[in-house]
Amino acid sequence: MTRLERRLLTDRIWRMIATTLAALAIVLLAWILWTVFYRGATALSFSVFTTPTMPPGRHGGLANAIVGTLIQVFLGLIIAAPVGLYAGTYLSELGRGKFADAVRFVNDVLLSAPSILIGLFVYELLVKTTGGFSGFSGAIALAVLILPVVVRATEDMLRLVPGSLREAAFALGATRAQVVTSVLWRAARAGIATGILLAIARAAGETAPLLFTSLGNLSWSFDLTAPMASLPVTIYQYAGSPFDEWVALAWAGALMITVGVLLLNIVSRLVLAPRGKAS
Amino acid sequence: MNIELNGLTSEPLRKSAGRDGAETKISIENLEFFYGDNRALHGIDMAIPERRVTAMIGPSGCGKSTLLRVLNRMYDLYPGQRSTGKVMMDGVDILGSAMPAVRLRNRVGMVFQKPTPFPMSIRDNIAFGIKLNENISKAELDERIEWSLAKAALWDEVKDRLNSAATGLSGGQQQRLCIARTIAVKPEVVLLDEPTSALDPISTARIEELIDELKSEFTIVIVTHNMQQAARCSDMTAFFLLGNLVEYNETTKIFTAPQDSRTQDYITGRFG
Repeated sequence: MTRLERRLLTDRIWRMIATTLAALAIVLLAWILWTVFYRGATALSFSVFTTPTMPPGRHGGLANAIVGTLIQVFLGLIIAAPVGLYAGTYLSELGRGKFADAVRFVNDVLLSAPSILIGLFVYELLVKTTGGFSGFSGAIALAVLILPVVVRATEDMLRLVPGSLREAAFALGATRAQVVTSVLWRAARAGIATGILLAIARAAGETAPLLFTSLGNLSWSFDLTAPMASLPVTIYQYAGSPFDEWVALAWAGALMITVGVLLLNIVSRLVLAPRGKAS
Repeated sequence: MNIELNGLTSEPLRKSAGRDGAETKISIENLEFFYGDNRALHGIDMAIPERRVTAMIGPSGCGKSTLLRVLNRMYDLYPGQRSTGKVMMDGVDILGSAMPAVRLRNRVGMVFQKPTPFPMSIRDNIAFGIKLNENISKAELDERIEWSLAKAALWDEVKDRLNSAATGLSGGQQQRLCIARTIAVKPEVVLLDEPTSALDPISTARIEELIDELKSEFTIVIVTHNMQQAARCSDMTAFFLLGNLVEYNETTKIFTAPQDSRTQDYITGRFG
């Protein structure tokens, strides 16, 4: 075998390994998706969306868990998004020196903190002090989860705005606040919106932060000071139960979360698409 | 405009002797500029005449853009950049605390090397600067938008699509939009930082024509790499080298009978 032939053979083997491993990763993902869709779809019916969770044998649904998740994610979002937007703007536009470096570092730590830690933190902070599990503390836990994602997305997206655009706005006599709110946020809005959508997707599927905060609730509750149901916690409770009916509902819930997260990802790509290729 | 009253212009006027009777708009006195510890301008004295075009030429790194960015205090945005000396405009030191940068930039507009349309409609691009400083009715705003776009020779091309995105315009149109946006706030001085270096020859010619028309209303200072451009469209020319103002005179004199051999070498293309 000549040296050239050997090199070509090595190249072919290397490409085969890469392709095989890529296929393996895709197959695993497809398998998970298939299982979720197959088992979820067979358990899914209209009544799942309209009936709350009920004891075994009474044909319950997931309505209270769906609404609970929507309430807690929405509340978490409206608490975290403004704070994250301003904090990210601070880091990109105002922050210099040690304080900004510290904020950025802490944010990075928060970004990768295990979500169960966030649950414990909010448990200590809110549940123990107020004397009970509550939908509000669940929303706070999700807010803590959403916050660092929004901070990071905002900072990164604002840094991508060319300096010439800042100077052009300042050159017209705008103050820094006007430059940021009228020009920079607008220039970065697609990226920031994407960051927020991905943060929602992350929060909507988390179980751990809610286990010690909103706890879960087997019946309807819109009371933010009382325990509140959520899809991930209900899935966690139902999937391990001995009742076939509950296990099936867990799969239906898993399918809802999967489809929701998938949709959020697709929408976030569409938002970014007009400004350069989203990839 | 009572330049004579404050008695501060005699020294810089000497350097620009021979002008055709225009009053001094901006008087730069012993200006030094620092990027950190690095001195970029050395003791600049210069009087910029009102409603004339003053060109600043010189090789890259000579300090001409730095000086331009002093005139609207753009350097304020960057820590570590500072200036000493005075820049008097209508008797007030614009580098001093008596002049907030935000107000100064309302009076001294700037157009940049690359077109910088804001990510909004053509109309909103123009309205942005106006709304910052004035509280005017919609009718007046529309009138001002038309006026500034007409002044910038862009009205006919965009009047039917004022609400479409400014980023959809061609490069030359975008630059004229930036000029329109700048004059829409009715500044007294317009700074142009190599405004045509990113444009094709036809767009460049249009902008040069525009500069000629605008000087009846605005004091214009233009930094350019293109000596022909300075010769074509300016009344006064300043030649900079290594942070020094080498020669400052009427444009015709600079290009026909330069006093300094370094100016001579530069305009004949021996370096730079």
